[in-house]
Amino acid sequence: MEVQPGHERRRSPHHTLLRGLRSLFKAISGQLNIVGTSRLGRLGLAGLVFFIALGVFAAYLAPYGPYEHVVYPDGKPATLEPPSRAHPAGTTLMSHDVLSQLIWGTRRTLVIALAASFSSIFIGTNIGLAAGYFGGRTDNILMRITDVAFGIPFLPFAMVALMTLGTEDIILIAVMTSVGWRTPARIIRSQVLTLRERPFVSVAESLGASSGRILYRHIAPNILPLAFITTILFVGESALVEASVSFLGFGNPESISWGQMLFYCFASQRMRVAWWWSVTPGLAIMLLVLSVFFVGRTYEEVVNPRLREW
Amino acid sequence: MDLRIFIVKRLLLMLLTLLVLMTITFILFRIAPGDPVASMVSASLNPGARESLTRSFGLDKPMHIQYLLYLKNFLRGDMGQSFYYRLPVTQVLRPKLVNTLVLVGPATLIALIMGVLLGALTAARRAGKLDLFGTVIPLAIKAVPPFWTSMIALLIFSYRLDWFPSAGLRSPGHAADPILEKLLNADFFHHLALPLTILTLHFLAQPLLTMRNSMLDVQGEDFVEMARAKGIGERRVIYHHWIRNALLPVASIAPLMIGAIVGGQVLVETVFSWPGLGREMVSAINGYDYPVAQASFLIIGAVMIGMNLVADIAYAVLDPRVRLE
Repeated sequence: MEVQPGHERRRSPHHTLLRGLRSLFKAISGQLNIVGTSRLGRLGLAGLVFFIALGVFAAYLAPYGPYEHVVYPDGKPATLEPPSRAHPAGTTLMSHDVLSQLIWGTRRTLVIALAASFSSIFIGTNIGLAAGYFGGRTDNILMRITDVAFGIPFLPFAMVALMTLGTEDIILIAVMTSVGWRTPARIIRSQVLTLRERPFVSVAESLGASSGRILYRHIAPNILPLAFITTILFVGESALVEASVSFLGFGNPESISWGQMLFYCFASQRMRVAWWWSVTPGLAIMLLVLSVFFVGRTYEEVVNPRLREW
Repeated sequence: MDLRIFIVKRLLLMLLTLLVLMTITFILFRIAPGDPVASMVSASLNPGARESLTRSFGLDKPMHIQYLLYLKNFLRGDMGQSFYYRLPVTQVLRPKLVNTLVLVGPATLIALIMGVLLGALTAARRAGKLDLFGTVIPLAIKAVPPFWTSMIALLIFSYRLDWFPSAGLRSPGHAADPILEKLLNADFFHHLALPLTILTLHFLAQPLLTMRNSMLDVQGEDFVEMARAKGIGERRVIYHHWIRNALLPVASIAPLMIGAIVGGQVLVETVFSWPGLGREMVSAINGYDYPVAQASFLIIGAVMIGMNLVADIAYAVLDPRVRLE
């Protein structure tokens, strides 16, 4: 998406931003087209679109509110009701509708997973870019910091951090990001190491381009596919992390997520009687993460068969 | 680079990582709810005892001296007094660490061996295609959190079929003290079976997928063809040329696996009420037992850093190229 020299016009900062966004959008839709080339990829995309739609339109799709107490016609609360026509996924001990909680929970699960993925990849990519491109001491320092980050046990760290800092969603996202950047930093760096040996970089260097320009105009566009795939896979990873953290009781008690549903189910000690309460949210997690895997697999098969995870 | 220099460098990095971990812990627990004294000294003690404990931990001193004291105490193995058990933290956590190790150690070992073998087997049998044991099951396992698989396993094998106990390490009244007697009896294995199976399944998914994948990658390589062309038996080709080279990527995913081990351990212990380090940490945090929470976090971190070191060295031995970096 390099701009032709002839088309260069006076650029206001606003204009540059718009163009940047447009080229980013174009790049992403180009990447998505790649995924559409296989059946597995289309299946994964369909899954992702389904869950995103569920999250966006939760208010229209969910028959009940997330914390609405469901009652029988005679006014008694519908507690631990097995799946029926009125409640396809049954009800909980607190007489909430499981399906409705699931739909509402999709939103929070996705928002946290997406936010944590984007911020982790953004930071990780920039660290990887700098380390790989500048090399030498910069590389050494940045990679040793990354090594140290790999020594932090994530789930225990998240528990301690959430205990002391509070369980708001924004803190959860920050905690996930503060460790999550380490993986993309390593992946992107090794890609940059090979890219910087390519002729177009030395050409740009000999033309006197600044290192910032080389990094962001010449190298960054080439790692975009890799960053994209890492982001997608991270969404699945983050969804699992969010579920685990919430399950251990460190979720935000004011809003529902899949992990939180499982936490309430386990803590209520009614697992034995209410199988529907524990099975449904887990299946949702599985379907979401599998969709992510399918998209990732297809994408890597096309873009970089050597990096396939499975 | 000499392997010895590589190991020394990694050891230094390990010490640095440990120091960072301890610093993070120090900072996090100082900003924990309540005054700084609350992070080490129980609020339920009488004022006199509180004061003497406060002084012995140096909590009345400036922050930087507190930090140095904290490092010194930790290195000496003095991690304070549990608020809940009213015992030294080391005394509380030692049996928990043993319980965790008897669960996680075997699970990791079985998972590594089975993961590599199954990965090699499924790849050699059926190159490229999606198959049940080679991709579908491992992917499904990787797509769910370990605590959910544990809950489902409890639901089926414990509540419905009543084959296995649902919680703990041994039946009530089944108290044996010497450690060998404690671990080598049928009741203990009966309790161990379910959590061990779940953990093993979760730990083996990634090495299996990676091994299978790298087997498929290596099969087309020239050196495999070359070995065949030389007339070496197919068996020898598979074991000496194919599998050996395919093992490298498996060694390189060690950090991923170690992360899964630490997280999986905490979650599975919680669901099965396994009295290990992970579950103790969760309940210590929920019960505001700061010294226990802090110490179990540091122990889990130290074990993880140690595992990373072992994996690094193993990789350097397997693939001499990394030492050049």
